[in-house]
Amino acid sequence: MNSHAVVCKQISKSFGSGEDEVKVLRGIDLEVPLGEMTFLVGPSGCGKTTLLSVIAGLLNPSQGDLHVLGTPLHAIKGAKAVEFRRINLGFVFQQFNLLPSLTAAENAAVPLLAANWNRKKAVEKAKTLLDDLGLGSRANAYPNQLSGGQQQRVAFARALIHDPKLIVCDEPTSALDEHTGHHVMELLRKIAVRPERAVLVVTHDNRIFNFADRIAHMNDGHVTHIETNGGSH
Amino acid sequence: MKFIAWQMLTGDKAKYLGLIFAIAFSTFLMSHQVSIFCGLMNRTASQIDDVADANIWVMDAKTQYLDEVKALTDQDLYRIRGVQGVDWAVPLFKGTSRAKGPDGKFRGVILMGLDDSTLVGIPRRIVLGKIEDLREPETIAVDQVGYKFFFPDQPVTLGRTLDLNDHTVKIVAVVDSNAPFVNLPVFYTKYSQAISFVGRERNQMSFVLAKATQGTSESELNQRIAKTTGLKALTGNEFGWETIWYYIQNTGIPINFGITVVIALVVGTVVAGQTFYLFTIENLKQFGALKAIGVSDLRIVGMILMQALIVGAIGYGIGISMTAAFFEATKNNLDLRGFQLLPQVMTGTAAAVFMIVFLASAVSVRRVIVLEPAVVFRG
Ligand SMILES: Nc1ncnc2c1ncn2[C@@H]1O[C@H](COP(=O)(O)OP(=O)(O)OP(=O)(O)O)[C@@H](O)[C@H]1O
Ligand SMILES: [Mg+2]
Repeated sequence: MNSHAVVCKQISKSFGSGEDEVKVLRGIDLEVPLGEMTFLVGPSGCGKTTLLSVIAGLLNPSQGDLHVLGTPLHAIKGAKAVEFRRINLGFVFQQFNLLPSLTAAENAAVPLLAANWNRKKAVEKAKTLLDDLGLGSRANAYPNQLSGGQQQRVAFARALIHDPKLIVCDEPTSALDEHTGHHVMELLRKIAVRPERAVLVVTHDNRIFNFADRIAHMNDGHVTHIETNGGSH
Repeated sequence: MKFIAWQMLTGDKAKYLGLIFAIAFSTFLMSHQVSIFCGLMNRTASQIDDVADANIWVMDAKTQYLDEVKALTDQDLYRIRGVQGVDWAVPLFKGTSRAKGPDGKFRGVILMGLDDSTLVGIPRRIVLGKIEDLREPETIAVDQVGYKFFFPDQPVTLGRTLDLNDHTVKIVAVVDSNAPFVNLPVFYTKYSQAISFVGRERNQMSFVLAKATQGTSESELNQRIAKTTGLKALTGNEFGWETIWYYIQNTGIPINFGITVVIALVVGTVVAGQTFYLFTIENLKQFGALKAIGVSDLRIVGMILMQALIVGAIGYGIGISMTAAFFEATKNNLDLRGFQLLPQVMTGTAAAVFMIVFLASAVSVRRVIVLEPAVVFRG
């Protein structure tokens, strides 16, 4: 149990009700180990994003047990869930979702500001992290002054700055070209993967599959099989 | 989070300025119109405020306001003087007449006839001359507006003459009176003189001005006067308000100003609300990301309210400064005298602006609260 960041038991999720009910997740069993990078792959519409949202505490499962970092997430709601996310999760989105009126460093510092850090200290720490991600010189740039790859690296910094135990990424490379996608995944592996942390990446970009330690294949609301990557990266 | 809210707000300069403009506009419109309205209503009681020496106004029981009076008789005056607690009581004439200047230009004027022996009822502020000189026959005191009208661009000196109803009268004093509602010049003269100027009508006494003896309460005295004489007795303040209320209830003025103020309120709320709402909608993705990252709804509501309050405070500051600047710029204009930005109007407008930004942000707050943070994963 302790070696797993996420344990899903028979998770199901439906949208709507009655005639309009759509069953998106139909009994998911999945374990995401700490210290690894796990990919969630599968055809479009099979429920990857929905599962990621459930694991991240953004959606409540309709049925099943979900333990994240030992916490029964299916049972907590409201302010407690918000607090849990703030402390334990890092998010990376397909469209980066940076705040356009904040600089790169300020964007990266948002999780610390949400935790009431002093702004100067938070931005200072963000700059160090951006340095590690090779963006030190662009710390004061605004998102619209950065390339897609640079924006995604700022998003990585934002996901990492508060040292969360679980990082969830939805299609982190699909808005980037192949070369840039490769580069940011390399960086993500190097910076994010730690023994006490799990990284969960949803993607259908098979060009980056070799960065995964483990690949969970999904189809039609089920996890069909798990494939481990014997260190091919 | 305050920092983020501030950056989000000011990041989009066009929207930020649009919001501030909307609030400033409605602030200006509301405070300016309400100030003019209050000034105008105050003017209806100007001649009451101008009487400084006596505080009790006695009039026919049917008299409702300053500008339409049923005359009193000499008998009434004696009876009032006989009421216990009345120190003294003097007649006051208020009427209109027509004056002609040296160049033939004429205009209606308000004519005030003051008690021959005491001259009670003259305004406090004398610009030039001596009130005592009114005791001479065929003399008048005029207010500054009247002087400027009949002798434009000429220095204010005494001794000039005007034609008042075929009487040649000499100006012996220039006074500073409050602007009457109709903004006509105000002339002052002896009571007996005023009556000879207007002629004919037998009963000319418009009011009796009285003073209570030391230690007598004015309200008790007024009741006593009413009981013993059957007349109506009011303090200057009460009579002023009765006059103001008469105009509020019997003219279209409040409705007209009211409409402008309501339009300012509605336009302010709708424009600010719409801009603010669009602003929030455009930032919905950002708010969604913040919610996902772990910022609570309460703090996000705090951010939105803070943005609204900032915009409200700046917009109000600009709008109220514009109103203040308007009245500052016009304060030496004699025709606009008495119009000013009252503290009550400032407070009232601030409350209205607060309501505007509160309503404007309420809709936005709702949208953000019902927002599912999971949307951040959707393209
Ligand atoms: N809020 C919702 N309401 C109704 N249906 C939804 C909702 N969210 C997702 N769905 C449906 O659930 C199904 C799975 O969606 P999901 O986004 O999880 O797929 P995905 O595997 O991430 O696809 P893609 O690779 O295209 O991103 C889709 O059919 C989608 O229409
Ligand atoms: Mg998806």
